[in-house]
Amino acid sequence: MVDRLVVIGASHAGCRLAFAAREEGFEGEVVLIGAETAPPYQRPPLSKGYLKGSVPLAALRLKSDAAFAEARITLRLGTTVTAIDRAAKEVVLAGGERLAYSKLALTTGARVRRLSVPGADLDGVLHMRDLADADALAAAAKAGRRAVVVGGGFIGLEAAASLRGLGLDVAVIEAEPRLSARVFPPRLSEWLRDLHEAHGVTVRLGAQVVEIVGRDGRVAGVRLADGTKVSCDLVVVGIGVIPADDLARDAGLAVDRGVLVDASGLTADPDVAAAGDCARHPNPWAPRPGAPIVLESVQNAADQARVAAAALFGRPTVHDAVPWFWSDQYDAKIQMAGLPDPDDEILLRGDPASGRFSLLHLRDGRLAAVDSVGWPQDHMAARRLLATRPVVDRARVETHTGPLADLCSPG
Amino acid sequence: MTDVTFILHDGTRRIVDVADGISVMQAAVMENIKGIDGECGGCLSCATCHVYVESLEAGELPAKDPDEDALLEGVAAELRPESRLACQIVMSPALVGLVVRVPERQV
Ligand SMILES: Cc1cc2nc3c(=O)[nH]c(=O)nc-3n(C[C@H](O)[C@H](O)[C@H](O)COP(=O)(O)OP(=O)(O)OC[C@H]3O[C@@H](n4cnc5c(N)ncnc54)[C@H](O)[C@@H]3O)c2cc1C
Ligand code: FES
Repeated sequence: MVDRLVVIGASHAGCRLAFAAREEGFEGEVVLIGAETAPPYQRPPLSKGYLKGSVPLAALRLKSDAAFAEARITLRLGTTVTAIDRAAKEVVLAGGERLAYSKLALTTGARVRRLSVPGADLDGVLHMRDLADADALAAAAKAGRRAVVVGGGFIGLEAAASLRGLGLDVAVIEAEPRLSARVFPPRLSEWLRDLHEAHGVTVRLGAQVVEIVGRDGRVAGVRLADGTKVSCDLVVVGIGVIPADDLARDAGLAVDRGVLVDASGLTADPDVAAAGDCARHPNPWAPRPGAPIVLESVQNAADQARVAAAALFGRPTVHDAVPWFWSDQYDAKIQMAGLPDPDDEILLRGDPASGRFSLLHLRDGRLAAVDSVGWPQDHMAARRLLATRPVVDRARVETHTGPLADLCSPG
Repeated sequence: MTDVTFILHDGTRRIVDVADGISVMQAAVMENIKGIDGECGGCLSCATCHVYVESLEAGELPAKDPDEDALLEGVAAELRPESRLACQIVMSPALVGLVVRVPERQV
C-alpha cells in the first residue's frame, strides 16, 4: 500500500497542512496539487497592496522551491483533481491520471459567487479571488476611469479603496441598508461609509443591481432596481464566496455549504481531512457553538490546517484558536478578534472621529469579540484576553484610554 | 542579494540569501524558518513575525512605523529593545551582516 498524503488545493491551508504533516513526523510522500499555475501565494494582499501596485508579485510567495524540496513536498501546479475514488483510495486528475493516497486533505477553498443578472458575463465584469483576477482587475483599472463595485463586504471595500488609490471614480453598490452588515455592528458600518465617502467614493445602500448594461460586448454601466443607471468601464463583483465542496460531495462525504469536519478537522472518513475556506467545522467561538461554521480567514486556514494534519497522523486535537481577521482600507487598519453575533451588546471605546476606536462585543455579559480601528494594541490585547472570556468594567469603558486589559477582569 | 542569519530557538543558525526588496519575514516564511509565522503576509496586522535583531543598531535598520510599535506591545514573547517585526525589515545591501534571533513563541 502507498504511504502518501495527497493535498488538494495549494494555497494557505494546503501549504500549511503539507508542511505540518512533516512536523507531525510523517515520512511518506507528500503531494500538493493545485489548479492554479502560479506557485502558492498570499491571497490577502491581492485586493490591497498588490492591486495598488505597492507589493510586488515576488513578495507574495508562500514558500520557496527550496523549502518545498527540503520538506520533500512534491508540488503539482496547474493540475485539477476531478474526482476522489474513496473505495480505491485514489484521486483522479484532469486528463485521467490516478494517484493513490493513504491520507487525503481537502483544502480547495472557495469560489466567488457570481451575479445572476443579465449582462453578468460581459467583458469588464471582474471578480477578486485569485492572482489571475487581480491581474485582470489591475489591467482593467489602467484602461478604465470609472468602476462600480458590487458588494460592500471586505473584498469589495478593499477593492474600492485600492481602485480609488489608482485614481478611478468608484461607486459601491450594497444591497443591505449598511456596509459589511454581516460582520460589523452598525456603528462600524457607518464609520466605513464615512471613510469611503471622505475618499470620494459614492456609496449606495439598499441598492439592488438588476442588470449590467453593455455596449459592443463590454460593460458600460449597471442598472439598479429603482431604475437608476450608473455608468462605468468596469464592474468588480464582491458578493461572497461558495465553499468548494463538490469533490467531497461527489465522493460521498457529508457536505452542507462546505465539507463537514469534526473539531479535529477530520471528515467521517478518518483518512480524509478538510481545512480552510472549504471546511464547515464546529468552533467554540461561534455565537451558537452547536452550529458548525465556515470561516474565511488566513488565521483559520493556517490553524485548522495544523490541527487537521495532526489528526490525520494520529494526534487528534481541537481547533479552538481565537479567530482574528484584518482589513486594510486606505490608511485605516481594521482588525477583528473573536466572532461577532448580531445580538451582541456593543460598547464603544475611543472616538470614531479620531480614527482610533474599538467596539467591544458583550455576550452574556462577557467579552466575546473586539473590532478595532487604528488601535493595533487593542487588537493584540483582545486576542489574548478573549481566551478568558472576561467581564468588562462598563463604567470606565468610555473614559479609560489605557490598555484594554485594565477594563477586563475574570468576573 | 544579502545574507541574513537566523538564530533559531534551539540555537541552530541558518543563513538565507535574500533578494533586495524582500522582507526578512517573507524570506523566513519562504525558507520555512521555524518560529516565524508571518500570517498576515506583512500587512502589519498579526505580530507573528517578531524577531530580536542582534547585529545592527536601531539606527541602521529601516525606521519603525507607529503601527509596528503598537503591535510589538502585544507580542507573545518578551518584548526587548531589539525587538522588531521582521515584515518591516526590507532587505537592502545596507543591512549586510544582519543577524536576527527567533523568539520562543509568536502566539
Ligand atoms: C482578495 C482577498 C483578500 C483577502 N483578505 C484577507 C484578509 O485581509 N485577512 C484574512 O484573514 N483573509 C483574507 N482573505 C481570505 C483568505 O485569503 C482565505 O481565507 C484563504 O485564502 C483560505 O485559504 P484556503 O487555502 O482554504 O483556500 P484558497 O486560498 O481559496 O485556496 C484553495 C486553492 O485550491 C485550489 N483548488 C480548488 N479546487 C481544486 C481542485 N479540484 N484541484 C486542484 N486545486 C483545486 C484553488 O485553485 C485554490 O488555489 C482574502 C481573500 C481574498 C480573495
Ligand atoms: S507578518 Fe504580520 S505583522 Fe509582520
